[in-house]
Amino acid sequence: MLENAFTGSKRYYGLLAALLALAGIGAIFYARQFTFGLGITGMGRDVSWGFYVAQFTYLVGVAASAMMVVLPYYLHDYKAFGRVTILGEFLAVAAVTMCLLFIVVDMGRPDRVLNVIKYATPHSILFWDMIVLNVYLLLNIVIGWNILECERNSAAPPHWVKILIYISIPWAPSIHTVTAFLYAGLPGRGYWLTAVLAPRFLSSAFCSGPALLILLCLLVRKFSKFDPGKEQIQTLAKIVTYAVLINVFLFLCEIFTVYYSQIPDHLLHFQYLFYGLEGKGRMIPIMWFSIIGMSAAALLMVHPEVRKNENTLAWVCGLIILTTYLDKGLGLMTGGFVPNPFEKVIEYWPTMPEALITLGIWALGFFILTVLYKVAISIKEEVRA
Amino acid sequence: MEDNQIRNEFGNFAEKPVVPKKLYDFKYIGLGLLIFFALVLSPILPNLGKTVAAPDPKLDTPAIQKLAEKERKCVMPTDYMRANHMQMLVDWREAVVRSKGAGGGPVDDRMFVNPEGKKYLASLSNTCMECHSNKSQFCDQCHNYVAVTPNCWGCHLDREQKVTKAETK
Amino acid sequence: MGIDRRDFIKIAGLSTLLGLGGKSALELLRPGQVEAAMEAEPQALKANRWCMVVDMRKLDEQTAKKCREACHKIHNVPDFRNPVDPKLQVSDEEFVRWQVKWIWTDSYDHAFPGETAPHMEEMIEHLQFLLLCNHCDNPPCVRVCPTKATFRREDGIVMMDMHRCIGCRFCMAGCPFGARSFNWRDPRPFIKEENPQYPTREIGVVEKCTFCAERLAKGQMPACVEASQGALSFGDLGDAKSQVRELLRTNFAIRRKPYLGTNPQVYYIV
Repeated sequence: MLENAFTGSKRYYGLLAALLALAGIGAIFYARQFTFGLGITGMGRDVSWGFYVAQFTYLVGVAASAMMVVLPYYLHDYKAFGRVTILGEFLAVAAVTMCLLFIVVDMGRPDRVLNVIKYATPHSILFWDMIVLNVYLLLNIVIGWNILECERNSAAPPHWVKILIYISIPWAPSIHTVTAFLYAGLPGRGYWLTAVLAPRFLSSAFCSGPALLILLCLLVRKFSKFDPGKEQIQTLAKIVTYAVLINVFLFLCEIFTVYYSQIPDHLLHFQYLFYGLEGKGRMIPIMWFSIIGMSAAALLMVHPEVRKNENTLAWVCGLIILTTYLDKGLGLMTGGFVPNPFEKVIEYWPTMPEALITLGIWALGFFILTVLYKVAISIKEEVRA
Repeated sequence: MEDNQIRNEFGNFAEKPVVPKKLYDFKYIGLGLLIFFALVLSPILPNLGKTVAAPDPKLDTPAIQKLAEKERKCVMPTDYMRANHMQMLVDWREAVVRSKGAGGGPVDDRMFVNPEGKKYLASLSNTCMECHSNKSQFCDQCHNYVAVTPNCWGCHLDREQKVTKAETK
Repeated sequence: MGIDRRDFIKIAGLSTLLGLGGKSALELLRPGQVEAAMEAEPQALKANRWCMVVDMRKLDEQTAKKCREACHKIHNVPDFRNPVDPKLQVSDEEFVRWQVKWIWTDSYDHAFPGETAPHMEEMIEHLQFLLLCNHCDNPPCVRVCPTKATFRREDGIVMMDMHRCIGCRFCMAGCPFGARSFNWRDPRPFIKEENPQYPTREIGVVEKCTFCAERLAKGQMPACVEASQGALSFGDLGDAKSQVRELLRTNFAIRRKPYLGTNPQVYYIV
């Protein structure tokens, strides 16, 4: 099946080459980071997690969203999604790979990363995060590959694949819940210390992931002979609509609790993000754009005319992806660490090497995605021919 | 089924292709083999005929010279140290930092008691390097020879004081 | 042979896994030979629950500076303001980001945020509190460490194992007191005077005050306590006759962020 990845148009190879080039640049800067230290990034004693962990958090959400196409098809017999489950699963594979890479580049001592296995610590959420992410990656690779192969050979999938699928369905929200638990249990970080963080993560995941999947489906339809289907995209759009509405609602719930209780421990972080503190407010335009954009997108998605027109749908999905990325990425990190435990404001902004390493990993992830999608699409085209 | 017909995975008959026997694409295979052997032999060929001096660890540091002749012993016998100093240092580390010692107390156990009953502070910098204060003439001799890079020295200071001829005797 | 290629590969793979797994399991479970040969120094200080009491009435800025310098000097803590090679100057912003501090001073409103009032005793507003790791009895940093590189000893000290730390900085996120520092770059070029008896650190590990565990093992008080000329007291809370118990019994003392439930063990007499 992988041989399909080696035959393609000039455009396909061009895309792969461009992505590899970006990944190569990222690798060069990572080599510099490996020898100099993480000081090459914008992180510091006060904002000790930054751009890398932000990408990781966002991408875990995208990975978890594969469940949104798998669940209706396998649990509720929504036959239409049979065309797109593989696209969701392969997106999850690429996303989880990117997550793992972001964790590795964020570590101070990547040469010691196996210590997490050698000295297993069940009371540490990072330990469980490592387990659930790797198992999820394995699940999606195995399930996706097997289902695709069965489809190509017009055979029924073996029974054990079904069991793995039923495991992957609750596993998907659990990877994102565990990621939320990384933040939601830390006593000194008022921005994160909220029970609603895990639900916020999940709602954000279930709108950004399927939104990305919609865009990918539209691209697949444009650049190949395989059409994921109008109905499938419309159902995904409905999922995105409800998820983004819940996401905005949960954010408003947070706003109420924080601003009505007026407790400084929680309030000061929102103050910094949206209004600035001590004259420093680098995040203000980003956060307002994120929340206004997300609300606007939510209100737009409610209208069937917006969803039915695939042009407007694509734009609104793009807006959702961007706004959730800003809110859950940089917004989450900076909000948590600023102000610091001494109520001082030390701001954070990624440096150029940090940004290029991040871009390199995104490029690598999209490289994997392109290769896997090429395989899936070629087989789907072949089967339908 | 005739000799020149086969059944493939889709169940159809097809003509078995008649292909003359010869080495195809030899220029690519040859090039690949050339690159492969160049890579594999690249550490060996440049060093043909050269010899590396045998390790010559110097034990005549001032600290060791100060001890009486029969007291010039390491914490453990030389044979044991040669074979096990790496594991011993790791065990010392575990005991000192993580209180794994069987000394019975809740705090770290930092005194190593050797089979002869002598007690030493279990510390690389403060015990080992006190006597062996010439890392580049002692530790590095064998480590460089076998191309081993222990990562102790990134943190632990080696208190290097090279031995010169004038300091001995 | 009656076995096909697929089954052969399956069996070979499984045996390899079992073999490798078995070998490492044996290695992990093998008891250390040296463990039985270790013991504590006779003069080592022991306690059930170490605690520090900072008497702010006796601590002035000069003494606080002496405490900080004593600690940072003997522990080879890098000073990014003073590189060994003057060409390695770091900018102000970089200094704020990269600084490593085990003990430092800050004002009341930063040491005890949320516990300030619009009109406070004038003296408090000018006090510079000496801050360090609180060696909490219920430490969130220990809870979150994925490798137990930071762990709570039986005597209450929250220890740092720089050999095991993977540099994930989860503990830094978990500490509500901002007591932990990370090595964002190689610290050695910024250590003017190396103390050869204590290691430095490498890039990529977290470090913090360890209540001078290596000095306690030799029967000495922590460096900051010794340098404080009586302003800092260090002792065993479990010993009813200890000086710290006496101090806490006779003076009103506060702790940083006690409402978070981490049970910090550094008390401040104001």
